[in-house]
Amino acid sequence: MSRSPKLIIAVALATFAGSVALAGGPGEKIAAKTEAKSEPKTEAKTEANAPQRFNIGRAPTVEEIRGWDIDVRPDGQGLPVGKGTVAQGEKLFMDNCASCHGEFGEGAGRWPVLAGGKGSLTSDNPVKTVGSYWPYASTLFDYVRHAMPFGSPQSLKVDEYYALVAYVLYLNDVITDQNFELTDKNLATIKMPNEGGFIMDDRATSEKAFWQKDPCMKNCIAPVKITGRATAVDVTPEDKDGKPRGVE
Amino acid sequence: MSKDKSLPSAARASRRGFLTAAGGLAATALATQARAGAGNPANQPPNVPEWTRTLGEGVAVRPYGKPSKFEKDVVRRDVEWLTASRESSVSFTPLHELEGIITPNGLCFERHHGGVAEVDPADHRLMIHGLVERPLLLSLDEIKRYPRVNRIHFMECAANSGMEWRGAQLNGCQFTHGMIHCVQYTGVTLRTLLEETGVKPSGKWLLVEGADSASMDRSLPIEKALDDCIIAYKMNGEALYPEQGYPMRLVVPGWQGNLWVKWLRRIEVGDQPWHTREETSKYTDLLPNGKARRFTWSMDAKSVITSPSPQAPIKHGKGFTIVSGLAWSGNGKVKRVDVSLDGGRNWWPARIDGPVLDKALTRFYYEFDWNGEPLLLQSRVQDETGYVQPSKAELRKVRGYNSIYHNNGIQTWHVQANGEVENVEVA
Repeated sequence: MSRSPKLIIAVALATFAGSVALAGGPGEKIAAKTEAKSEPKTEAKTEANAPQRFNIGRAPTVEEIRGWDIDVRPDGQGLPVGKGTVAQGEKLFMDNCASCHGEFGEGAGRWPVLAGGKGSLTSDNPVKTVGSYWPYASTLFDYVRHAMPFGSPQSLKVDEYYALVAYVLYLNDVITDQNFELTDKNLATIKMPNEGGFIMDDRATSEKAFWQKDPCMKNCIAPVKITGRATAVDVTPEDKDGKPRGVE
Repeated sequence: MSKDKSLPSAARASRRGFLTAAGGLAATALATQARAGAGNPANQPPNVPEWTRTLGEGVAVRPYGKPSKFEKDVVRRDVEWLTASRESSVSFTPLHELEGIITPNGLCFERHHGGVAEVDPADHRLMIHGLVERPLLLSLDEIKRYPRVNRIHFMECAANSGMEWRGAQLNGCQFTHGMIHCVQYTGVTLRTLLEETGVKPSGKWLLVEGADSASMDRSLPIEKALDDCIIAYKMNGEALYPEQGYPMRLVVPGWQGNLWVKWLRRIEVGDQPWHTREETSKYTDLLPNGKARRFTWSMDAKSVITSPSPQAPIKHGKGFTIVSGLAWSGNGKVKRVDVSLDGGRNWWPARIDGPVLDKALTRFYYEFDWNGEPLLLQSRVQDETGYVQPSKAELRKVRGYNSIYHNNGIQTWHVQANGEVENVEVA
């Protein structure tokens, strides 16, 4: 808004003139121009030792990286120096976490259950908790430090995050000693019960039958009957007129 | 038409009452009635309608245009009982109301883990560091100076149709299949930026992280990063919407939506995956034997008939009828789509119309003369790799009932003689 209208008109005219010149020129000329433009990129890809660079942006400082680089790996890489005990964690958990997760990690309402569920993974209703499902203690630390407490993430001190993680591991019997102190030195040595419970994506082999040459078109299966109805389950949100939401 | 007439008059009256209150205009109610079929004869031939007899609004009265007020029901919807809070929840794309392959920006489904971050682009930075030769810190303006690409891709949540594993549950295409959208992205390829920083030979994985209240982080293998990923700042030509990660998000074509980190703030290159919460506790697929598949990134071929569907019943009775649907594959292009009217016993080829693009939604139609008898409508896609969308029974045989994610089984809609449609299971 503060720019002078004259300047804007001038810029617009210049742009217009440019496009007229391009559009009016012979096709070869346009092609040549396009080629010239894409040349640097080709160079960048082919000359590995002397890549062409755009030199846009700058290097972050060590301090800038330190402020944002809070991720943690199963081998402990990324863990900040710090420590916290189960007992310290219990107090913090009651103040910051129990209103959603319950005092014992049992979960309030639909908020996530954090503890229990041992041996339930093959049952009809698996309960996937830190103790029954999560493969690494580092995952817990990484997540809690990134995203918790819900609504005020990254608001606790590093030692407090160690204490909270220690308490959640205690709730899951991964740690059994109330006086245990979790630190950046010992976190990666903690073995989670379900670490071996995961396999790599194997759909390409285990579901090989889904790849077919010619899908069946005629008399593929015996005549079918309706065996289940969403209306019988009756959990679809409704409009005031009693119709599923969105029906006009 | 007949269905609307069959609505209790009290329901019709209450709807009109709501519209009048909202719009403050009796005309709104009358016009809605017209759309529903009864209408206002004063606006129909041979009469000259009121909008012809008066001047309309001038230009720029609506500096940013919106759909007609008569389209107010075309909105995202959520299922409140699914989650504990709206800040960590999902809303669904109204697929039953849309056509073609592009999803309007304001209707793209939402999935947030810590609410919608309102990021000031002047303060937003993308940091690239770790096992790179030259760490880089970029502002939005700087990212826009890198060469641009424009690509159309679908984005599907791995949990799309996840509520249907145990049987037909939600009665609407919006709810069963609405965790998907397809837009054209403009941005810089991740490859371009990684060439700018240089990746050390030991760099095999990327940690991608958002700036929202969850700072959501995921591990991405370098092969995919260098293949076709984009850091996008425009969707369908305009700036990303806040719900979609303004000012920038990661686009990971064909792979589960959770990887498409919104409000992208950081990329760290490492030599191993991080096994973050979103790739261990969530987005792992539990099998009947208690083991869980992890890193199930790609979205298998899937299709669904969007209309008719429970929220889009057949109102015209028997006669020429259009079946409209969407097909897609995270492994490439859609090769063919077939439609069944009898629950999968017999199939007929559908007609594909519009662009058939790599890892994008594809629109198909099946037109036929409906005799008014009940139908069990299904669609089945085959992608260019030969993968054929499995039936729900075939899928459950391998995956059991507790996988949550990657439910790409064939959907059945039961069309009743009165044109109403319901979500059913067949066997």
